[in-house]
Amino acid sequence: MSPFFFWLFSALMLIFGAAVVVNRNPVASALSLVVCFIGLAALFITLDAFFIGIIQVLVYAGAVMVLFLFIIMLLDLRAEERRRINFLAFAGGAAVAVIFFFQLYAVINHLAIARLPFPALPHAPTDDVHSVGLLLFGNYNLPFQVIGVLILVATIGVIVLSKRELR
Amino acid sequence: MVTLGDYLVVSGLLFTIGFAGVLLRRNIIIIFMSLELMLNGANLSLVAFSRFRLDSLGQPNYHGQVFVFFIITVAAAEVAVGLAIIVALYRARRTTHVEDINTLKF
Repeated sequence: MSPFFFWLFSALMLIFGAAVVVNRNPVASALSLVVCFIGLAALFITLDAFFIGIIQVLVYAGAVMVLFLFIIMLLDLRAEERRRINFLAFAGGAAVAVIFFFQLYAVINHLAIARLPFPALPHAPTDDVHSVGLLLFGNYNLPFQVIGVLILVATIGVIVLSKRELR
Repeated sequence: MVTLGDYLVVSGLLFTIGFAGVLLRRNIIIIFMSLELMLNGANLSLVAFSRFRLDSLGQPNYHGQVFVFFIITVAAAEVAVGLAIIVALYRARRTTHVEDINTLKF
């Protein structure tokens, strides 16, 4: 994995991730989120996780983001008007986030293995769909079935929630 | 040379951006998008560890990638249910601003 692509896609992902939080217009936020997820998918591919990278683009940048944009347009949300912000709450929230990051950074700095580069793969590109599929239908068969039930429950829940009259 | 720590710091930064969004923004849809950013920050560190720990055959440790697959699936279900709740909330209260929704607030 070349360092150039790592830094390029990390910068892309982080800049557009920050744009999601900073933008006042929900549509602009959602579109920034698409670019952020595509940068993340590229980072997965630099880690030789091709299957996860493709799934990231299909599920997140495709399905989930379409759902977000659909809801934003359905609710006809405009850029939110400026409100009086509670400065104490704002400063507190920002301080918690910054302190959290520096704690995380300190932990990673103390981790000895974090300074090691990634080991080279002995045989170049691996068939990762095959390997992930074997694990998914072998070791993780029960969780896989449970996920199927979860999605069924979510589907029913969404239909019940979107009925006109809840009783 | 890119180290494991670089990937972990980037994933921590992505998580922190999402965390800050959840704490600082007041639009419920943006809060929901920030939650997705946090989930993806965790996914990145899982995939980095999976590539870092090669198994005896010299392949990445695919258990981490299966875990990421499950997280993506659950996140997709969560987005569908969450957005349905937001639509129901908007129908009842005509707002997506969290400060206008404070019935349960102490």
